[in-house]
Amino acid sequence: MKKVVFWGLLVSLVIAACFSLFASTSPDGLEKVAERLGFQDKEKELFRSPIPGYVTPGVANDTIATALAGTVGTVAIFGVAYGVGKLVKKRTQSSQKKET
Amino acid sequence: MHIPDGFLDTGIWMGTAAVSFGAVSYSVKRASQKLQDKEIPVMGITAAFIFAAQMVNFPVLGGTSGHFLGAVFAAVLLGPWASCLIMAMVLTLQCLIFQDGGLVALGTNIFNMGIIGGVVGYYIYLFVKRLFGGNSGVLYATFVASWASVVLTSAAVAVELALSGTSPLLVVFPSMVSVHALVGIGEGFIATAAIGVIARARSDLLSLQKI
Repeated sequence: MKKVVFWGLLVSLVIAACFSLFASTSPDGLEKVAERLGFQDKEKELFRSPIPGYVTPGVANDTIATALAGTVGTVAIFGVAYGVGKLVKKRTQSSQKKET
Repeated sequence: MHIPDGFLDTGIWMGTAAVSFGAVSYSVKRASQKLQDKEIPVMGITAAFIFAAQMVNFPVLGGTSGHFLGAVFAAVLLGPWASCLIMAMVLTLQCLIFQDGGLVALGTNIFNMGIIGGVVGYYIYLFVKRLFGGNSGVLYATFVASWASVVLTSAAVAVELALSGTSPLLVVFPSMVSVHALVGIGEGFIATAAIGVIARARSDLLSLQKI
């Protein structure tokens, strides 16, 4: 599976750090509908996240800020999903031990 | 399609969050019973690919864009409940780190994109796959189910907005569904291309134990 992980991560990182820079900046379906139908002002911000809107704060260049956000996010979600997978597998082993 | 905070009535976000909590718990339970060691890295890169692809908005209509959902893509590889779990993780990270999608609305977003997108989408995939059969059946089914998952998810969002009193159903439903019928075409192409590449390069990844 090492090759799968290598290529999977590489493709994902290229998409997140490079392709994302060419993404359309138009509002997405829901945002556009909210604008057109006039309920976009109902939006509320309940908290402040570290990298709001996929733009890393404190980075002068917008392009680098986005590429960095994409890179961090991709690596982070891989780690989380992989880690959760490992943790979930451990539950099987521990419940099997209880039965014996 | 990530709903921000402020659009949903308390009853709606609480109700969908409760259902999502149940679904994700169930997904974890099923994964603990069925997840195989070799599937763990696949879960990782599926989540990574979905996150990355969701960053690349594509134009669909004058002034509107769409982005990949990936729930059916994940389900084709790993099964409906694994997809639900993966979507929940991606959405949670997007919300907490990138402010993409609301905080109290997170449960609703997981309900829409994980349960309706992933679980319902998977059973549409299975249905279409059986209709066509064979290897091309996988690709046709991926396309159709991916398209349908986006449309159904957008319909769910419309219903939730209407029930919240944010916009009347007869107005918001056609608006959401018509835009997302177009976004769904993009979804279909991206998911089918990705599955097609996997089918050629590592067809064994299409025969993993489905969760």
